[in-house]
Amino acid sequence: MSTEVLRAPPDPYHLGHRPASANAPPQVTGHGAGGPAPKRIVVGYGFWIFLLSDVVIFASLFATYAVLFKNTAGGPTSEQLYDLRNTALETACLLASTFTCALASIAVGERSQKWTQIALACTGLLGAAFLSLEAREFASFVARGAGPSRSAFLSAFFTLVGCHGVHVSAGMLWLGTMMAQFYAKGFRRDIRHRFLCFTLFWHALDIIWVAIFSLVYLVGTEPRQFLP
Amino acid sequence: MLGKLSWQAIPFNEPIPLFSGAAVALILLGVLVWVVLRGYVPYLWREWITSVDHKRIGIMYMLLAAVMLLRGFIDAIMLRGQQAVAFHSMGYLPPSHFDQIFSAHGTIMIFFMAMPFVIGLMNLIVPLQLGVRDVAFPTLNSVSFWLNAAGALLVNVSLVIGEFSRTGWLPYPPLAELRYSPGVGVDYYCWAIQISGIGTVMTGINFVTTILKMRAPGMSYTRMPMFCWTALASNLLIIAAFPILTATLAMLLLDRYLDFHFFTDTAGGNSMMFMNLIWAWGHPEVYILVLPAFGIYSEVVSTFSGKPLFGYRSMVIATMAICIISFMVWLHHFFTMGAGPEVNAVFGIASMIIAVPTGVKIFNWMFTMYGGRVRFTSPLLWSIGFMVSFVIGGLTGVLVAIPSADFQLHNSLFLVAHFHNTIIPGVVFAAFAGYTYWFPKAFGFTLDERLGKWAFWLWLIGFWVAWAPGYVVGLEGMTRRLQHYDDPQWRPWLLLAALGVTILLAGIAVQIWQLIHSIRTREQRRDLTGDPWNGRNLEWATSSPPPVFNFAVLPNVTDQEPYWDVKQQALKALQLVTPEPQYQPIEMPRNSPTGFVTAFFATVTGFALIWHIWWLVILGLIGAYVTFVIFAWRDHPEFVIPAEEVARLDRANREARADYLRELAR
Repeated sequence: MSTEVLRAPPDPYHLGHRPASANAPPQVTGHGAGGPAPKRIVVGYGFWIFLLSDVVIFASLFATYAVLFKNTAGGPTSEQLYDLRNTALETACLLASTFTCALASIAVGERSQKWTQIALACTGLLGAAFLSLEAREFASFVARGAGPSRSAFLSAFFTLVGCHGVHVSAGMLWLGTMMAQFYAKGFRRDIRHRFLCFTLFWHALDIIWVAIFSLVYLVGTEPRQFLP
Repeated sequence: MLGKLSWQAIPFNEPIPLFSGAAVALILLGVLVWVVLRGYVPYLWREWITSVDHKRIGIMYMLLAAVMLLRGFIDAIMLRGQQAVAFHSMGYLPPSHFDQIFSAHGTIMIFFMAMPFVIGLMNLIVPLQLGVRDVAFPTLNSVSFWLNAAGALLVNVSLVIGEFSRTGWLPYPPLAELRYSPGVGVDYYCWAIQISGIGTVMTGINFVTTILKMRAPGMSYTRMPMFCWTALASNLLIIAAFPILTATLAMLLLDRYLDFHFFTDTAGGNSMMFMNLIWAWGHPEVYILVLPAFGIYSEVVSTFSGKPLFGYRSMVIATMAICIISFMVWLHHFFTMGAGPEVNAVFGIASMIIAVPTGVKIFNWMFTMYGGRVRFTSPLLWSIGFMVSFVIGGLTGVLVAIPSADFQLHNSLFLVAHFHNTIIPGVVFAAFAGYTYWFPKAFGFTLDERLGKWAFWLWLIGFWVAWAPGYVVGLEGMTRRLQHYDDPQWRPWLLLAALGVTILLAGIAVQIWQLIHSIRTREQRRDLTGDPWNGRNLEWATSSPPPVFNFAVLPNVTDQEPYWDVKQQALKALQLVTPEPQYQPIEMPRNSPTGFVTAFFATVTGFALIWHIWWLVILGLIGAYVTFVIFAWRDHPEFVIPAEEVARLDRANREARADYLRELAR
């Protein structure tokens, strides 16, 4: 093969963004042009994308709940079931746990084993309180004959709220593992990266709870005010 | 103790699944015994099963895809064979078995053939093209692969233990509800797809992070190779669409297991919810498969035309436009289900609009070839065969996108012919083109060209003989999934289709022979330069097969076609050997059995859930959690390759490359 064929074809319209000459410095354009990002960025970014995919699961469940909201099949409606006082307590627990989780981040930043463990333990206790309140609510619904099998509306309710509860439970398991890791291994870099992901997860669950609180409980208690 | 599982689950009275299952089990057992006797187990465990190297994982994905292609193709032969003989008779497959076969065929071909093939090629090539050492999360990548394999295993276990779904490749309720499908078939389907779906989402996360956050210095977005762009689009779609599938199948499972009422026809359930949700995943899924395929064609066409890709930027825009519009067309899968003329019109128009960026791509490939020095190698033949066939498949798609026409064509063989006409030339041909094109990169020797061309022509002709009749009988009113029929008009066409599938069988046989023959004659077909096709992107800038760290020194990208540029500058300056770089020790991730062990527990849990063996479900979940904790507990996630070792490997590569450049310069 001759060299003639292999010469780079001219690029008059700069479609390929060739530098003006072979010796010109590379044009640093766009994101990531300086080479691979550091590990912390990569881990955090990847976890953000995981959270987005998780949010899509919740979006599907929210959409389903909206469609099935009125399909009570003659069973109890949201107005008859929802108790805003219980929901307010749950919300308080979860928001407070987010606060203690943020405190744990600060403690990790300060490399304080004691305060990290204390803040994470508080986060876990508040999470457990939230879960027990939710379990009590679910149990009272079932006791009143309003279990998930009663109607499509209740199937959608239990699945949406329960999916959040399952996430919180998984978060608790993760939290315990995190505490053990900090205790056994100290503030190693890869463990701090994992902790970054955990805090993102915990805060994201809060955001989803805010949506559940508003769209499920608030709207469900006064549907005539919000829905056509 | 064993839930619903008993001896009745083994289909002793149905010879076909029993014998085929027994044959598969014997082959598997034979392979296992051979592997153990030859002492390959430690090697396989160390180098492959626990490997977190993206190239190895990519190869394993493609191996899985190839095996599943054979399984899905055997289903296809049985389906075509049944319709060829079941004229005024019941044929040789009873309806319950026929229904399982068409369900398994679709499920396997989409989830366990096309997906692993495309993801495998992305694994093998994307990090190399980006000029980096691995994906963002190597161990997660291994987990993804093994979860996919676990799903495939569950589908195939259903052949011998129990039954597979009879509700088609998507389990439409209310048919898929417990009341109408009380067996374990739908459960096999759901749990297999859930397990492999988790793996796919993790792949999406991994690749989006890799492509957006890990590129060689200087590789800005507009310098990314087209295959990386399409891989990015495809993985963005995975992240946005696969969770919908997971949520939808979870709702169906709740209906089936815990008496919920999402999609039932009682207690206020709404089965149309399922149609909307499943196709909100299902239509993007089409583009998850076909966008990377477009990327493969872009690479192949540009390399074998000796020209840069025509209209790079329009190609990027077209890819991202498809990525977005693909979420706005799902309703065209059920125009006939009563959404009303306004809604149908909106989705019909959106479905036609999505053909526009695809058309842009076709023109770009044609103009890339125009005026180039085209080398008609088999990857290019696959690409040309694709362009011609896919245009026809795409145009029939525009036909069914017209709601009023769709009322006639819905659920007919015309529709089935349409989607086979897009997905076989679109995805399968691309998989073969990519397989041939990148095979030397993966294994260090090329595949036999003569047999490759035979395979191409057999596939192209076989495909058209098998599926052109589908359009005809579809217009004559034949609906899909008919176990038997009595319309004499259809008979000759269905016999012709059976002939087509025989030609395809010959094509596959030639491909198997091509692989065996190429391995036998590998010494004559070694790729010593790392660049057998005079390629243009960074994957050709390293040796074939690449060292575990891919690049001794991360390449500095100054151009849209980095490696082509390097070659040109070297030739221009006649400075064939660049000064040796300063070698540094390289940190690479350590191998880990996490993926394999997780998949083992996922398989156990899935199987236990299917058969309601609750204690085993709990054990499986605990096992999976313990695996993660052990993984999190390890102290040395990485190992270091010393600078001398890097230098030794790279010097050999540089020498071969210098010889190659000298030869090019002559």
